[in-house]
Amino acid sequence: MSTARYAVGIDLGTTHCVMAAVDLTQDESEQVLQQMVAIPQLTGPGSVEDRLLLPSFLYLPHSDELAPNDLTLPWGIQPPFVVGELARNLGSRTPIRLVASAKSWLCHPGVDRRAPILPVEAPAEVPQVSPLQASIHYLEHLRQSWDYQHPDAPLLEQEVTITVPASFDPAARELTDEAAAAVGFGHRILLEEPQAALYSWILASQGGWRKQVKVGDIILVIDLGGGTTDLSLIAVTERDGSLELNRVAVGDHILLGGDNMDLALAHVVRTKLAGQNISLDLWQLQALTHGCRAAKEAMLTDPGIETMPVVVPSRGSRLIGGTIRTELTRDEVTHTLVEGFFPWVDAAARPASRARTALTKLGLPYAQDAGISRHLAAFLGRQTHATEALAGFAALPPNASFLHPTAVLLNGGVFKAPLLAERTLEMLNAWLQAEGSPPARLLEGADLDLAVARGAAYYGYVRRGRGVRIRGGTAKAYYVGIESAMPAVPGMEPPLQALCIAPFGMEEGTDAALPSQEVGLVVGEPVRFHFFGSSVRREDRVGSVLEQWSPEEVEELEEIEANLPAEGRNPGEVVPVRLHAAVTEVGTLRLEAIPREGNQTWKVEFDVRGQE
Amino acid sequence: MTEPKFSFFARLLLALQAFWRTLSDPEFATGVARLSQGTLPAPAAEAAPGLRQTAPESALQLLSLLQQEGRFVDFLEENVSAYADAEIGGAARVVHEGCRKALHAYFSIVPVRTESEGSRLTLQSGFDPAATRLTGNVVGQPPFTGTLMHRGWQVTAIKLPQLAEGHNVKILAPAEVEL
Repeated sequence: MSTARYAVGIDLGTTHCVMAAVDLTQDESEQVLQQMVAIPQLTGPGSVEDRLLLPSFLYLPHSDELAPNDLTLPWGIQPPFVVGELARNLGSRTPIRLVASAKSWLCHPGVDRRAPILPVEAPAEVPQVSPLQASIHYLEHLRQSWDYQHPDAPLLEQEVTITVPASFDPAARELTDEAAAAVGFGHRILLEEPQAALYSWILASQGGWRKQVKVGDIILVIDLGGGTTDLSLIAVTERDGSLELNRVAVGDHILLGGDNMDLALAHVVRTKLAGQNISLDLWQLQALTHGCRAAKEAMLTDPGIETMPVVVPSRGSRLIGGTIRTELTRDEVTHTLVEGFFPWVDAAARPASRARTALTKLGLPYAQDAGISRHLAAFLGRQTHATEALAGFAALPPNASFLHPTAVLLNGGVFKAPLLAERTLEMLNAWLQAEGSPPARLLEGADLDLAVARGAAYYGYVRRGRGVRIRGGTAKAYYVGIESAMPAVPGMEPPLQALCIAPFGMEEGTDAALPSQEVGLVVGEPVRFHFFGSSVRREDRVGSVLEQWSPEEVEELEEIEANLPAEGRNPGEVVPVRLHAAVTEVGTLRLEAIPREGNQTWKVEFDVRGQE
Repeated sequence: MTEPKFSFFARLLLALQAFWRTLSDPEFATGVARLSQGTLPAPAAEAAPGLRQTAPESALQLLSLLQQEGRFVDFLEENVSAYADAEIGGAARVVHEGCRKALHAYFSIVPVRTESEGSRLTLQSGFDPAATRLTGNVVGQPPFTGTLMHRGWQVTAIKLPQLAEGHNVKILAPAEVEL
């Protein structure tokens, strides 16, 4: 291990970045001291403040927009771009120069994530950046912030844990790692956000967590961030007399979060204003969204409030004359948020999904169904068998249609509203009751905004063998598509088979066996393969071949690409190779093509240029 | 005050005393040396009570923050007599919410006295008159007993944003021109 002094956790969020640290030199005990790290950032031109949250926004100013002095950061540099609060602020007036949600673009398989494509709506003269480069800028700002405050312990030499959604695919994980590598982090690890939230809960319990869970518990973690919803199941088992935690399943990537809720409310109010012939411009809509968020938080916290005024200030200096005053009623909030995002459904509900049209617009693949309850039902329904192989788990009732969690951990600012937290738990318990299971309990004491960074910092400490570790490994089994050898039938494509190359649950730093089947690579030109993942097929081993599968069970991922250089071979020649999978220490999946002869290997790329 | 005129004998006596003390007391000798060189230090005068001008920079910075967060200057510069109370009320929410947010972000403010207003309290001698002001029937000697009319406010911590060199703090809010 390195000689790092701190374990640093970085929550590289869709809407905010947060950083926390644990001093590794402290004594071993249940009460681990941990600190949040302030992130100095521009909050106005020429004005710098320390904040705990760094808004994940990048603004690319025009050369006449800001004086170089107004961009000065405390560590004495004047970058030609703005990151953080000021970026978000300037972007609300000039969206064509604002990069937002870079993380969602990082896991968008439809685009080349190393190509300068952001801001999407930018006119030709605005320099664009890639989703990867935007992430590098955020990490670089965090590094500079840390180094400014810890001149004796540079961040690049510390144990850094960067969190990613559990639902991030191998390509998005690899790109996150690539961004961290570009900044120069030497000791970096990726950790799934729901796991980080659970670590934070363990840390906050100061050892008391062992009394709050028992063997046979299944903890459902619902992490509702600003831009994404992330689901995980963690089972409590026992080994050698002590409790163990196993992450047994993760959900799909759902681009649906707290920001969608504020926006939904703003649209309700906007429609109401439109009825009074008042139209809002983009800036006013932003201000309205802000006002709706404040009103929502007040009403969801205090059930006694029936209406909350929402005020959209005028943009000009005449504040009183130009201000638009309206109000948000409890009915509107309940209807839009509770019924819209947490509709009361039964466990058999599934999210509606429209078939994707052939002409997809360049944009983020937002969830088509805003009903988080339906996504949750689908996840639990798919994972009915998640704990079958684990010892100590009571079998589900014979007619169980979904996996029955026994405890729930909620994370994300959305759940600061008691109404939404209660609704989620009540509905889950209604599902459980309908199938004869006892209600799940809520794990108390979660820190909703900062938990992920806190948990990530604590994980760096846990990795040194202190405290309980969540066992996880890959949450999917991976397959490549091979064409089956069968006589050609005119007018019919040869059916595709899926060859398993990486089984479910591969841990960091492990290699999968070499499959016996070979695939052909054409020398000197890139060859693409269909690539599949399954979050339910836990029994498949390397070399297993699937003849057919349902889309519920095996999901097609982005294509992968191998490029065999022509050295010493004839271009066009077909070389038989075997595909070998490994999970790196960092936590990314690596695929290599190994030819039958020779001892060279070639990396297989996940991030193939966007699907044309 | 006029110095007494010394007689010859008095001067001789003083010279002898000075001779011996100069020899035996180094500090006295230093003083004699200064006297003989004509650089006698002026007697340390009591500092005269003075006034000073505070630096306007933080005041301008705060105004700018209140304007930015709560449209403070816009509100005060507007002619409120032209509007109905309901209209002013709507704008006041913007000002209240924003300025309050700014106030809490940059200052930690607590009451000077923790007692509830209207309660009786006693001030011991040596209390800080800047933090607690006496009003009404102000006579006699401490301890003073009276009724708390206002709890007072004090700032326990200030955390204003850092400013870049050369930043023009006189611009409270830039003009905005949309292209």
